[in-house]
Amino acid sequence: MSKVFGSGNTACALAVKDADVDFVAAYPITPQTAVAEKIAAYIAEGIMDANYLPVESEHSAASAIAAASAVGARVFTATASQGLLYMHEILHYAAGGRLPMVMANVNRAVNAPWCLYADHQDAVSQRDTGWIHIHTASNQEIYDSILLAFKVTEEVQIPVMVNYDGFLVSHSMMPFETLDENKIKEYLPPFNPSWRLHPQWGGTFGNVTYSEQYVPYRESLTRDVKKAGEVIVRCAKEYQELTGRWHGGYFDVYRLEDASFFLLSMGSMGKEMELAVDLLRKEGIPAAGLRLRVFCPFPKEELSVLLPDGAKLLVFDRNLVYGSAAGVLLQESRAALYERRDDLRITGISVGLGGEDLPAVLLADRARQMIQEVEK
Amino acid sequence: MDKKIVQPISRPTKGACGRTGTWRSQRPVFEAPLCNGCLICWLYCPEAAISREDRSIDYEYCKGCGICAEECAKNAIRMVKEEVK
Amino acid sequence: MKIKDLSSLEYITPGTGACAGCPSTIGLRIIGKALGKNTIGFLTPSCAVASMGLTPQTCYTFSALNICFASAGASAGGAAMALDALYRKGKLQGEKPVVFNWVGDGGTYDIGFQGLSGSAERNDDYIHFCYNNEAYSNTGNQRSGATPQFALTTTSPMGKEIGQKNMPLLMLEHRPPYVATASLGYPMDLYRKVEKAKNISGFRYIEIHMPCCTSWRFPPADTIRMSKLAVQTGAWLLWEGEYGKLTLNGVTASLAEGRKKPISMEGYLKLQGRFSTMFKSPEKEKHLALIEANIQRELEFMAGRAKL
Repeated sequence: MSKVFGSGNTACALAVKDADVDFVAAYPITPQTAVAEKIAAYIAEGIMDANYLPVESEHSAASAIAAASAVGARVFTATASQGLLYMHEILHYAAGGRLPMVMANVNRAVNAPWCLYADHQDAVSQRDTGWIHIHTASNQEIYDSILLAFKVTEEVQIPVMVNYDGFLVSHSMMPFETLDENKIKEYLPPFNPSWRLHPQWGGTFGNVTYSEQYVPYRESLTRDVKKAGEVIVRCAKEYQELTGRWHGGYFDVYRLEDASFFLLSMGSMGKEMELAVDLLRKEGIPAAGLRLRVFCPFPKEELSVLLPDGAKLLVFDRNLVYGSAAGVLLQESRAALYERRDDLRITGISVGLGGEDLPAVLLADRARQMIQEVEK
Repeated sequence: MDKKIVQPISRPTKGACGRTGTWRSQRPVFEAPLCNGCLICWLYCPEAAISREDRSIDYEYCKGCGICAEECAKNAIRMVKEEVK
Repeated sequence: MKIKDLSSLEYITPGTGACAGCPSTIGLRIIGKALGKNTIGFLTPSCAVASMGLTPQTCYTFSALNICFASAGASAGGAAMALDALYRKGKLQGEKPVVFNWVGDGGTYDIGFQGLSGSAERNDDYIHFCYNNEAYSNTGNQRSGATPQFALTTTSPMGKEIGQKNMPLLMLEHRPPYVATASLGYPMDLYRKVEKAKNISGFRYIEIHMPCCTSWRFPPADTIRMSKLAVQTGAWLLWEGEYGKLTLNGVTASLAEGRKKPISMEGYLKLQGRFSTMFKSPEKEKHLALIEANIQRELEFMAGRAKL
C-alpha cells in the first residue's frame, strides 16, 4: 500500500498499472492526455508489464482494444469528449460482442462550439450503447473504481466506462492510496473469458444475422446489463472488506436522515453538493445529497427505496436532452419513479455545462429555486 | 447468476449458403483420359469443389462458373448446359 | 514450389455465398495454403463478409473476426500486439499465430486508409491482404478510391472522372518490412509472396488484383483470363518492396524495362461491360490514348523508382 499525492489522471494510470493490464491503446486528448503519457512511461520504465499501441485515432484505439480483448487480453483505453464520440460505433460493437474492457472517460464538453471543460454530454450520449457507466468524484474513487471496473467487466462480459470530470478531478491533486499486488490478486482473478479468438477455434465471430437471430443477442445484453447492477454493488462491498473504503453502491448518499429534498447529481458536482446540503440544512431545509455512481444500468428500485413518501427529488444534470426540460438524469428519474408519480415531486435543471463553475452557494441557490417550484 | 454469455459465434459449415449447385445454368463435365494432372482446375475453383485426388466435381456446390473449363490446357473439362428439372 | 506441392488445407468450405467465378475465394484458398493453420484473420464489410453465410454458419475454416469497416488496421495491430504481451507474460504458450486481414479495396483505400497508414508507420505486426475488385462490389458496384478512370459504377454512372489511388505505392512509401502486389493469373508468384511475408515480422501488405465478373460485367469463366490480361497490359503491376526498396516482378519487369510491349488496353477494357459507355462515346480514342499514356507513365515511374 502506497500513499500518493497526485492528480486524477495519475490515479487512473496507477490503477491500470496495478490491475495487471496486458494491452493499452490510447490517443491523447485534453484532459485525458496524462493517462496515456503515464502509462507509456510506466511501460518504458519497466514497472508495468503491458504493451502500449500509440494509435492514430480514438476509433483505432477502441478497434485495437476490442480485437485485443477478443484474443484474451485484459485491455484498457482512455479518452474524452470528441474522442469518445469518434469511437462510438466500436462501443456498440464491443457491448454487443460481449468483449470485456475498461475505458476511462474524462468528461469534457463537446463541439460545436469548442470547449475543453467538464460536462457529461460526452458520456450520456453513449447511454444506449450497452456499456456500464460509472461516475466518480475523487482521485481515490477513480483508483478504486478502475479496479472494480475490471472485476465487473470480466465477470459480466460487458464493457465498463469509468467517468471523472475533466480538470475538476483529472487535474486536481488529492491524496490517495494504492493497493499492494497481493491485495489486488485477491480481488482481481486472472482474466478467463467464455470465448477467445485463437487459431484452434476455427470459427467466425460477428457474422451477419437474420432479424429473428438478432433479437436474442439484444435481449440477453439488456438483461445482463440490468443484472450487472447487483454485481457492481457486490464487488464494491468486497472491495470495502478488502480496503475499508466505500464510495457507495449505486449511490453515494449524504445526510439522508429526515430528508424531504433529495439533490441528485453525478460526478464532482455530487461532492460539492454535500456543501450545498449543509448550507440548506443550516437554513432548516431538510436536504440530502444523492451522488449517482452507476448511470447505466440506471437504478430503479434502489432510487425509489431512498425516497420516502412525499419526497421531492431535485435533479441537477450536467448534460442536456435537447428540446426537453433538462437532462438525462431527470428523464431517467421520472421514468424510474413513474409508479410513484402521485406521491413524489420531481424537477430538474441542467447546470455546469461547458465546465461552468458550480460552487456550493450556486447549487444551494438553484436548489431553493427548485424547492419553490415543487412546493407550488 | 446465469453465466451463459450470448456471443455472435459461427462455425464452419459445408453449404453455409445453401446447396449452391442449384445456381448453375451450365455444368462442367470432366474427362479423365484427357487430364494431365496439372491441378490448375483444383487450384482455381472458387468453391473448392474439384477433388485434388481425381478431379471429380462436387455438383452439390459447383456454381458452374466455367473457370475450370476455361483454364484447363488439355480441354479435359467442358461446360454443358445444365438440365432443367 | 509447384502446384502439386501445395498443401490441401482449405480456408473455405464449399457452399459459399460468393458469386460464381468470384476471385475472392480463389485468393483465400491460395493464401491459406501458404499461411497454414496457425492464423487469426480479421475481415471488414466486403464481399468476403457478405458471402460468408448467416450466423451460426460460416463458410470459412480459419479463425476469423468481423470488425467494423474502418477498423482493419487498428484491430489487427491491436490483436497482434496483445498476443505479444500475452506470450511474453506466459499467459499463452506455443507459437504466436500469424495475424492477417482479408479486406477489400473499400476497407483499404478509403474508409480503412487511416488505420492502415497508422499501422504501416508504427510497423504493427500483421499481414494486410487487400483483395482489390476496384469498386464496392458487395453493395452493388459503387465507386471506390480504387476504381479506374472511365469505369461505370452506380455512383459514377457517366464513368469515373478521375483515376484511382496507387495504394500499394503509398504503402511502399511508408517503408515497412514488406509490400507486394499480386495477381491470380500468377498464382505461384502470389504463393511465394505470402510465404515470404509469413516469415517476416512487422507490417506486411499484399494487394491482390481481383477482376470481379459481377461489377465489371464479363462472363464468370474469364476471371483468371482477366487477371492475366491486366498484368500483360500494364493495368496491374506486379512488384514487391522491402523497407521501400522496390523490385519489379516477371511480366511487369519486362514491360517496365522495355523488353516487352504491353498488350493494348483496348483488348482488355473492351471485354468489360463497365467500359461500354466509354467505347460508345465519341471521345473513345481520346480516352484510350489517355489510358495508354497513364500506363506508360506508371511503368516509367516504377522503373525509375526501382533504381532508388
